Amino acid sequence: MTFIVNILSLGIPFSVALLIASLGEMFNQRSGIFNLGCEGMMAMGAFLGMLVPYTIGQGADVPGIYNYLGLLLASGVGALLGLFFGLVVVTFRAPQGIAGIGMQMFGVGTAGTLFRHFIGGTQSVPGINTAPIPGLSRIPILGTLFFNHNPMVYVAFLFVPIAWYILFKTPWGLRVRAVGTHPRAADSIGIQVNRVRFQALAVGGALAGLAGAYLSLCQVKMFSDEIIAGRGFIAVALVYFGHWHPVKIMAGALLFALAQALQLAIQGLGIDFPYEFLVMLPYALVIVVLAFSRKSQKTGPSALGKPFNREIRT
Amino acid sequence: MELTTKAIDSLRIEHITKRFPGVLACDDISLDIGKGEVLALVGENGAGKTTLMNVLMGLYHPDEGKILINGEEVNFRSPNDAFAYGIGMVHQQYMLVPNMTVLENIALGFKQAWKPWKLDLHMVRDRIDAVARQYGLAVDPDAFIWQLSVGEQQRVELVKTLCLGARFLILDEPTSALTPQETDDLIALLKRMSGELSIIFISHKLQEVKDLSSKVAILRHGRVVFQGNTIDHSSSDIAALMTGHEVVLPHNDAPACTMGPMLQLRNLKVRSDRGFLALDDLSLYICKGEIVGLAGVSGNGQRELAEAINGLRKVESGQILFDGQDIANRSPVQVIQAGMGYIPEERNTEGIVPSFSMKENFILKDTDSEKYSSHSFLKNKVVDVEAEQLRQQFDIRSPNIEVAAGSLSGGNIQKVILAREISRSPKFLIAVYPTRGLDMGAAEFIHKQLLQKRNEGVGILLISEELEEITNLSDQVAVIFKGKIQKVLPSSEASRRRLGILMAGVKDDEEI
Repeated sequence: MTFIVNILSLGIPFSVALLIASLGEMFNQRSGIFNLGCEGMMAMGAFLGMLVPYTIGQGADVPGIYNYLGLLLASGVGALLGLFFGLVVVTFRAPQGIAGIGMQMFGVGTAGTLFRHFIGGTQSVPGINTAPIPGLSRIPILGTLFFNHNPMVYVAFLFVPIAWYILFKTPWGLRVRAVGTHPRAADSIGIQVNRVRFQALAVGGALAGLAGAYLSLCQVKMFSDEIIAGRGFIAVALVYFGHWHPVKIMAGALLFALAQALQLAIQGLGIDFPYEFLVMLPYALVIVVLAFSRKSQKTGPSALGKPFNREIRT
Repeated sequence: MELTTKAIDSLRIEHITKRFPGVLACDDISLDIGKGEVLALVGENGAGKTTLMNVLMGLYHPDEGKILINGEEVNFRSPNDAFAYGIGMVHQQYMLVPNMTVLENIALGFKQAWKPWKLDLHMVRDRIDAVARQYGLAVDPDAFIWQLSVGEQQRVELVKTLCLGARFLILDEPTSALTPQETDDLIALLKRMSGELSIIFISHKLQEVKDLSSKVAILRHGRVVFQGNTIDHSSSDIAALMTGHEVVLPHNDAPACTMGPMLQLRNLKVRSDRGFLALDDLSLYICKGEIVGLAGVSGNGQRELAEAINGLRKVESGQILFDGQDIANRSPVQVIQAGMGYIPEERNTEGIVPSFSMKENFILKDTDSEKYSSHSFLKNKVVDVEAEQLRQQFDIRSPNIEVAAGSLSGGNIQKVILAREISRSPKFLIAVYPTRGLDMGAAEFIHKQLLQKRNEGVGILLISEELEEITNLSDQVAVIFKGKIQKVLPSSEASRRRLGILMAGVKDDEEI
C-alpha cells in the first residue's frame, strides 16, 4: 500500500512539466502549427527561471518572490520564442518540422551556453517548496496524494479546466480550432488566420517556458544541460495521444509520469535487474500506446503543419 | 435584433483586372446588378468567375478597377468589409469546419456573440431560428458538419451567410455536388429568396441559368464576352457563347452489345473505411463493347466498387470475373496487367503524381515495360516521342511535355489520365466521375473518346452523378443504392424522373 502511495505521490509532480508543456503544444497544434521546438523553449525556460533567484534574488529581503519572477520571465521569453517561431513558419512558411528541430537546438544550445557564462557550474537554488494545504493534507493517504505538493502542481492541474474552457467556450478558442482545421473557411468568414496562429504560438511558448522553469525551480532545483531530457518531445507525443483534448492530455501526462515513478521505485527496491531497461520503460510505453491508440481524423486539426496562403489553391 | 444591413440598390463592378503570376484571371471586367436581380455568371473552368467573386468579397485585391455600391466606391480589404455591406458568399468548396457544430461554424462569423471571455451561443441559436423561420430553411444547430450530407452542408452555408446579414448573395456553383432532387429544391428556394435579395450565381449548367436568372453574363478567358437578359436567349445560344463554338454532346446510338461478358461482379461484399458494408451482395454484368452507367448519389458504394475491382480494397466475399478470370483481392499490378484501365475519382491525388512531369505521368503504369525501359534504364527518347504524340492526339493544352502535371487545369489533367489509360489498350475501362467539375468543351472531348473505345469493343463502367452524362453515353443504366444494384435499365427507358426515384431508394419505380 505504501509502495503504491509512494509511486502516486511521486508521479503527480513528475507529470506537471509534461502537462504544462503539452497543454501549450495543444494550443499550437489546434491552430495548425506543429511545434517540435518545445524542448528548446523548455530549456530556455528552465535556465531563465533559475537565473532570476540565483542572481538578483540572492540575499534579497524576500527571496521567495524572485522564484515567481523567474517563472514569469521564463513564460515571457517562451512567448517571445513562440512569436519568433511564428515568424519562421507562419510568415515565411518554412517547413514546420525542420524549423522545430532548429528551435529545439537553438533553445537547448543557447540555454546551455548562457548557463556556462552566467553561472558556470552546477549550482542549486532553494526554489519553490512544497506547500501542504492546511487541514486537507492531514487526511490519511488522500492528503499525501493530492494536498501535499508544490504550489505549481495545483496551478498546473487548474490549467486543465481553464484550457478546456478557453478552447471550447470562448471566441478565441473557436478561432484557434477553426484556423487549425479549415483555415480557408476561417479566412472566408473574416478571421485573420495568421494572427490567430501567432497568438496560439505565444500561448504555447509561454506554457513551454513555464514548464521548463517548473523543472529548474520546483522539481530539480538546479539547471543542467540535460534537465529537459526529452520531455519536450514527449509533450508533442502526448498531444497526439490525447487527441488534442486537455483532459485526455492530462491522462497521458499522468500515465507517463507514473511509469517514471514506478521505474524509480523499482530501482529503489534493489532487485537485481539492469536499470537501463527500467529507465526505458516510460518511453517505450508512450510508443506502444501511440501505436495502438485510436487514430481520430474527425476531432483533430486537419490543417496541422500546413502553412496558409490565401492565393494558392489546394 | 436587427436582421438586415443597409439595402443594396445597385452594385457595379468597373474595369476589374486581377493578375496571378503568369495568369490574367480577370481582364477588364465590368458588371452591373440591381436590386432583386439574379445574375448568372457562366463560363468554362478557368474563365475567371471565382476569382472575380473573390475580389468582390475582399479575399483578393484587384490590380485595377473599382467596385461601387449604391453609387459609392467601396474598398474591401477583407471579407469582414463585404459582410458589413451585406454581401455574403457560398463558396463552391464549402467553407465549414468539419469537426465543429453548425452552431459553432456560424458563431465563427457572428461577431456580436463574441463576448470577451465567453462565446454567446444562445444569441447565435436565436439568430439561426430567426433566419430559419424567415426563409423556411431548417438546420440542426447541434449537428457536427462531418455528420451532414452535402445537401445539408449547403443549407448550413446558406443559413450562415444569411445569419451574417447578407442581403446580396453570391453562390459559386451551388448545385455542383447536389443530387437532382436537392438541386430542384435549391432552385425553388433561391427563386423564393430572390424576392428579397439580389443574387449572383456561378454555374455552367444551362438549365439552372434559364430557370433562375434574370440576367446572364458570359466570361471567357477572363473577359466578359456577352451580357444580356436570360429570357432573350436559348440554352444553346449561351452554350455556344460560353465555349466559342457550337457544342453537341455526343450520344450513344450504336446497337447494344452482342459480344459476351467482359466483367462480371458476383455477390460482392466490401467494407468501407468506417467498417460497414459499403457493397452488400452486389452483382453486375458488363459486356465487351458496352457502356454501363452506374447512377447513384455519391456515397452509396461507388468509390468502394471502383477500388475493389482495381485491387485497392479488400473484397470480403464474392467474385470479380474479368475476362473469365477471378481478380478479386489481386494486387493492383495484377489487375492492371490483366488489362484493366482506371480513371479514378480523385484526379489530382489518385490519377496523377502532381509533382511529376506530364510525360512521366504518361508512363506511370509501364515503367518496367520493354517499350519504355531497357536494363533498368528509361528510354527517354521513346518516352518523349510517345508523350508528344499523346499530347497532340488528346489536345492537352500545355507548353510542353515537361510541365508538372499538377500545374495543369482540371480538364487537362483528366486528358492526361485518359491518354495514359487509353493508350495502354485496355480490355476494360472504369471511369469514375470522369467529367466532374469540367467545362463543356473538355466533357465533350472525354465523352467522344469513351464512345470511340466502346465502339472498338472495350467494356466501360461509367460511374457518375450526372444523369445526362449517363443517359447519353450508356447502353444500360444500373442504379446503385446503399451498396446494392437497385435495377438495371436499358438506356432508352431511363428517364430522369425514373432514375431519380430509383436513386432515392424506391425499388418499384414503375408503380409511382
